[in-house]
Amino acid sequence: MAPEKTAQEKTPFIAKAKGFVVNLFKPKERVSADAGEKNNWKAWLYLAPCIILLAVFTFYPLINTIAIAFLKNYDYIQQTSEGFTLENFGVVLGLVGYTQSGDMVMRWNCTSFRSGGVVGSFIDAGGVVRDAYFTMDVIKYAFPNTLIITFITVPISIIIALFIAIGLNSIPAFHKALQTIFFVPYVTNAIAVGMVFAVLFDYQGIINYLFGLGSLTWIDQGAPAWRAMIALCVYIVWHSLPFKILILLSGLQNIDKQYYDAAKIDSASGFKTMMNVTVPLLSPQILYIMITSFIGAFKEYTSVVGLLGKPSTDGGGTNNMYTVVYYIYDMVKGNVQYGAAAAVLLFIIILIFTGIQFKVSKKRVHY
Amino acid sequence: MAYDNRNFIQKLLKMPTAAEKQAAREAKPEYQAIKTSGMTLTIKDRAKSADQLAKAQKVGRILWLVVVYAFLLFMALIVLFPFYWMVITSLKSTTEIRSLNQTFFPTHVLWSNYITVFNSFDFGTYVGNTLVVGVISTLGTLLTTIFAAFAFARLNFKGREAIFGILLATMMIPGEMMVITNYITVSRLPWFEFANGGVQMIDGWLTTKSAVFAAMIVPFWVSVFYIYLLRQNFKQIPNELYLAAKVDGKSDWQYLWKVMVPLASPTLISIFILKLMGAWNSYVWPNLVTTNDPSWRLVTNALRGSFTNSSGEPQYGIQMAATILVTVPLLLLFIFFRKYIMRGVGRAGIKG
Repeated sequence: MAPEKTAQEKTPFIAKAKGFVVNLFKPKERVSADAGEKNNWKAWLYLAPCIILLAVFTFYPLINTIAIAFLKNYDYIQQTSEGFTLENFGVVLGLVGYTQSGDMVMRWNCTSFRSGGVVGSFIDAGGVVRDAYFTMDVIKYAFPNTLIITFITVPISIIIALFIAIGLNSIPAFHKALQTIFFVPYVTNAIAVGMVFAVLFDYQGIINYLFGLGSLTWIDQGAPAWRAMIALCVYIVWHSLPFKILILLSGLQNIDKQYYDAAKIDSASGFKTMMNVTVPLLSPQILYIMITSFIGAFKEYTSVVGLLGKPSTDGGGTNNMYTVVYYIYDMVKGNVQYGAAAAVLLFIIILIFTGIQFKVSKKRVHY
Repeated sequence: MAYDNRNFIQKLLKMPTAAEKQAAREAKPEYQAIKTSGMTLTIKDRAKSADQLAKAQKVGRILWLVVVYAFLLFMALIVLFPFYWMVITSLKSTTEIRSLNQTFFPTHVLWSNYITVFNSFDFGTYVGNTLVVGVISTLGTLLTTIFAAFAFARLNFKGREAIFGILLATMMIPGEMMVITNYITVSRLPWFEFANGGVQMIDGWLTTKSAVFAAMIVPFWVSVFYIYLLRQNFKQIPNELYLAAKVDGKSDWQYLWKVMVPLASPTLISIFILKLMGAWNSYVWPNLVTTNDPSWRLVTNALRGSFTNSSGEPQYGIQMAATILVTVPLLLLFIFFRKYIMRGVGRAGIKG
């Protein structure tokens, strides 16, 4: 990787020589013996606070949450349940519903649906038509919204950040000042700035005024979900740019100038140089950003809270702006087992996406 | 029968064959013998001389810079615009905010929004809560981080690499997995309250102020990422210093506090500030655990949902004034510790 190479080159000869001489006289055996077995208990003492806290608040919760996802009717106050089940996943995915008396009904046994798929009618064993109630929040709103947010904001913000970083790297003056300005959104409060964007996208707000859109509703009650989604994506891109610019810029500054001299001798155009020199040499940073921002976008929550305050723009009261994490947090105090099932699904999705990106990166990323 | 089927299509369409084309080309003056005596040689690239090329390159570069600066300035404007709008909206009256013609500067600069915020919104309490929670959780994190990073960077023990690997793997797990169980955990843990001259045991960390604060602090006393960051920093400290300290008869404990911590202080400052900012911005967890009493809230979760009038219409002027009060301390931190924050984020990239 380029950074390490330059660091090595910068090490002055004297320091190298000194390091060599010191290494020559280093009493290797004695130190490792001293720092070996004897230090075992001491090391554990140093690690104890961290390990205890992680055990209670990270490892145990991880196992427990997965366990809760497979428990029927889990009660977190009494810590009781009715045993192992897969129903929670079915409920979260909208496949399992319940009648008012609590009987379980599968979605494919229903003959017709009302209220956007929430209420399904089925004919029971006695030949009576009855209603079953399904949870459609996740499958109908949370998952699609989360995927839309991810696949819109991640590519757009990476491309914009790449242009800004390359621009910043190529200018002779005001480099530091502009870099600082572009970093400012990072040090803001996601909720607070979300509220500012709510003012910008108000139906009497500046966005409508500037673009002459009359009093188009974006985020207010009654606005269609896709328009609220546009506002949300604009905000997420705005808020996620600084981190990406910072990482890309530090990557750019580590690219050896020789590559550009070589490209110049070959009289490569600016665009060609960017595509064939800059982007491949930046690929480790781009991969890092892709992975972190994919995970971040899958967990989008505070941006929705900041911008909308509630997971809905719909007058009818459906949660049409739910994200997966929003759903999980809404379930914490109520139906924990559904929240846990959704969290497990989210975890699996994140693992799959990260795995795919690592797989692709093996072919594409130049270290 | 001998039939010449070469150039069949050309014959069919009455087009010149390749051989005929070549002959026509050679008939042109450029292909005739050239008298080279009395000529001067100028090297040209795409019909331009070196001088012209240099000039064109210069002009091209200037034009390119103009484009780059224009783009960067435009993007900078977009980045800064929400801040500008936040400031001027906080100085406007509700009628001006709601007027059809948006104004880019308030016609009447109205400071009363800020006064309303201070009167109706218990800003001091929330800031106080946030500072208490932020500082205590940050100091605790620094301690556990220093100890763990020291063990991983300097001490040899069985399973060191394996444990470190497991710790790093936890960073991949979405925090939502933990929140569900942690909420159950803190609502069941015993808490000891000093009341009526004695110690009282309470079930759960959600009912009294000190317990709720503990719930907002203790789970955040450990951060794998900062351990990783500090371990990298500790590893850069040359071995010779450790040996020298050993020769001087210093213990590991003294070496850690007298040598390693001072040398790693830039990283520690970065961690301190990022963690403090994380506490200031934390929303999800405080929102879950402070429901029993609004006066236990932290700044951010108190902010959202405040200042809507009786009909549910948000009062933007007052909201923006409160938003500024929440944003300004962060910006001040950024101005004073820009270097530490950007360096920390550059290597970290994880908030809070």
